[in-house]
Amino acid sequence: MSTTHMNTHDAHEAGAHHDEHHDTGGNTVFGFWLYLMTDCLLFASVFATYAVLFMNTAGGVSGKEIFDLELILAGTAALLVSSITFGFAMICAHNKNRSGTLMWLLATFIFGGVFIALEIYEFQHLIHNGNGPQASAFLSAFFSLVGLHGLHVTAGLIWMVILAVEIIVTGLTSRSLTRLSCLSLFWHFLDIIWICVFTVVYLMGAI
Amino acid sequence: MSALLGKLSWDALPYDPIVITTLCVVAVLGCVVAFLVIKNKLLGVLWNDWLTSVDHKKLGIMYIVLAFVMLLRGFADAIMMRLQLALATNGDPGYLPPSHYDQIFTAHGVIMIIFMAMPFMIGLMNIIVPLQIGARDVAFPFLNNLSFWLAVSGAVLINISLGLGEFAKTGWVAYPPLAGLQYSPGVGVDYYIWALQISGIGTTLTAVNFLATVFKMRTPGMKLMDMPIFTWTCTWANILIAASFPILTAVLAMLTLDRYLDFHFFTNDGGGNSMMYINLFWAWGHPEVYILVLPAFGIFSEIVSTFTGKRLFGYKSMVWATASISILGFIVWLHHFFTMGSSANVNAFFGIMTMIIAVPTGVKLFNWLFTMYRGRLRVTVPVLWTLGFMVTFTVGGMTGVLLAVPGADYVLHNSLFLIAHFHNTIIGGAVFGYLAGFTFWFPKAMGFHLNVKLGKAAFWCWLVGFFLAFMPLYVLGFLGMTRRLNHTDNPDWNIWLYIALVGAFVIMAGIICQLLQLYVSFRDRKQNLDTTGDPWNGHTLEWSTASPPQFYNFAELPVVSDIDAFTDMKEKGTAYVRKASYAPIHMPKNTKAGIIIGALITAFGFAMIWHIWWLAIVGLVGSIVTFIARAYTKDVDYYVQPDEIAQIENEHLDNVAKG
Repeated sequence: MSTTHMNTHDAHEAGAHHDEHHDTGGNTVFGFWLYLMTDCLLFASVFATYAVLFMNTAGGVSGKEIFDLELILAGTAALLVSSITFGFAMICAHNKNRSGTLMWLLATFIFGGVFIALEIYEFQHLIHNGNGPQASAFLSAFFSLVGLHGLHVTAGLIWMVILAVEIIVTGLTSRSLTRLSCLSLFWHFLDIIWICVFTVVYLMGAI
Repeated sequence: MSALLGKLSWDALPYDPIVITTLCVVAVLGCVVAFLVIKNKLLGVLWNDWLTSVDHKKLGIMYIVLAFVMLLRGFADAIMMRLQLALATNGDPGYLPPSHYDQIFTAHGVIMIIFMAMPFMIGLMNIIVPLQIGARDVAFPFLNNLSFWLAVSGAVLINISLGLGEFAKTGWVAYPPLAGLQYSPGVGVDYYIWALQISGIGTTLTAVNFLATVFKMRTPGMKLMDMPIFTWTCTWANILIAASFPILTAVLAMLTLDRYLDFHFFTNDGGGNSMMYINLFWAWGHPEVYILVLPAFGIFSEIVSTFTGKRLFGYKSMVWATASISILGFIVWLHHFFTMGSSANVNAFFGIMTMIIAVPTGVKLFNWLFTMYRGRLRVTVPVLWTLGFMVTFTVGGMTGVLLAVPGADYVLHNSLFLIAHFHNTIIGGAVFGYLAGFTFWFPKAMGFHLNVKLGKAAFWCWLVGFFLAFMPLYVLGFLGMTRRLNHTDNPDWNIWLYIALVGAFVIMAGIICQLLQLYVSFRDRKQNLDTTGDPWNGHTLEWSTASPPQFYNFAELPVVSDIDAFTDMKEKGTAYVRKASYAPIHMPKNTKAGIIIGALITAFGFAMIWHIWWLAIVGLVGSIVTFIARAYTKDVDYYVQPDEIAQIENEHLDNVAKG
């Protein structure tokens, strides 16, 4: 059963014909699309729960009383701009422009960071005023839905740092390009989710 | 609560003599296995060739080993319940106190669905699907290994609950508010949550992996409507997994937040809505039963067409019937709680949708019958399982249509009639299917045949035992006996409870026959070798490889032009052609990362259950760091050289010529 160890050669020794055997980059991006679909359903479940619970304020505050739309607008703007800057980073990456890619990634990171900072401020403010997730079913669902998105954005930021380090160390290899494409999909996906959150939670909640 | 050990203390150790005895037996068996491994110097083989392997065939075998181990535990729970109910009649308390009995029926359900049926299905899919589509491996081999270890992680947690603390006493569905902190303050529900959550994420990753595999890695010439039927049914099952398991992830996360951080999703106070849990749970749970049974339908299709020596009747209708079942499976979840009190129109909609599922299922049954019609059916053990399935599953399907009538459901809801129905479909459908597939593909995966006599004995014991154990439950349901009773006091029920116990013992005889079969077959393997790789005169590409298949599966990717690709090659004389030269094959290297992440995630889950916060952080951060480190390993693949391929291929072709 130990045939796997017989008479084998490392791939990077024979790396010359690496690409003609497997289109692994395409598989990875396709697989990542599939993963995003599962993530989409995760969000859909939490959205459905929010829709069922948002009126259950248990005598406490409702969305109208606590949402600070100007703050949310600033966060939304930051996140949407970060999607544009990521787009520029991808254009630079496809043009093999390493410093441009890194610069636009830095810009994306800053805008994403601003979004998260504003969200943390909002949460902290709500909890400080006694409107934490323990206060009512509405607030549980609100914190979970917005927090789930925030957790994804945070993961995206960490991923961005790791990928930037990779690009600094190894340059724009085909592997880092594949990974950049995946992160790009992830980032735009989170933007779309946020537009839904912004509409369903904040705008409709403020009516 | 201490910072070092959280809620863990001496009180967590078991005091129940039944549990202590079980643990001692498990410990002795574990020591015997460890001793045998070390004595035969198999530790290196185990680590290098199996535990760290990214080979889909080996991962598949390990999944099935996991499934068999968990089948034994799940069955032990089953027979303890049947014994309790046969003893605890006429007001007798029996031998299992309610607190223990409740854990047993919860564990039985969770283990049989999540840790027996799922690994068995995923194991067969792992071994066969890449071979059937002419691929050398799955799209993401490391991810495949990681998925396996996440499944093991969940299984380890549920088994730890036997010795440390308790398991949930809520039933396998863990409905709040009973599963909430107020009514289940112990660690039982937390074991339930983390075991399901971790293995569920592994299952989601498996679905993503296999969908990418079948959509991106089919061999040249194989269009989607040329895929073997088992691959098609697995693909629909994977679509269902990808679309439903995230709902389970979400609902378990919400229950976690309720229990750990005092949220109010499903609590009685604070505006929580426990029906939301039940809706979400079944929006996952109902597709889940099709995830289990669709691949089994695929197995029966392969078996029927192979052993009649005919092409499958109605291949296209089979694919579309599978698609219809998959889609309809998503709009029937409310039939699990007609009694919730939805309006009559809502119940009618879900009832009618449920009944409609019988139509594509009927299409499948007729397709199998028409495949057999005027064929020369070779009655082998896989065929016996198939015939047994066709009779048994039809009964289960009809009681399902009966339960789909909301009015009838109001009478039968939560009764033993329901228990009889879903065992009828899951055992008669999924389990019979997996055991048929196990016998059918065993020579392919292992290189030798299973003993036929013991295989037949196992089948007959299972079949007879099944009817003896579960038909009485239909009667008991009509007599008004509800599920999850610890003891009864109604003389009319006694006789049926006794018959059901006898049935459970007959099934036990079947399981013993299977264990014996494995032992005898392994002992006599030299006389029962499958040297040709095609023991049944098969139709599809997995039979064109050696048994067990070459580790790279195909020396050259086959070019196919027919649904029954291998039959086509045999007829055209293009099978078994000796090639003058071979190109190097690109293969992934084994990796330790999967098992390390599995161990760290197990530590994380255990720490979360017992509120050991430092260990939870170590486990979670450690697993993420390991994953990132693996992402930056360069040493992940290698090339198999032409001379080695030629040597392996020639050896196989020589064996075929001799056979």
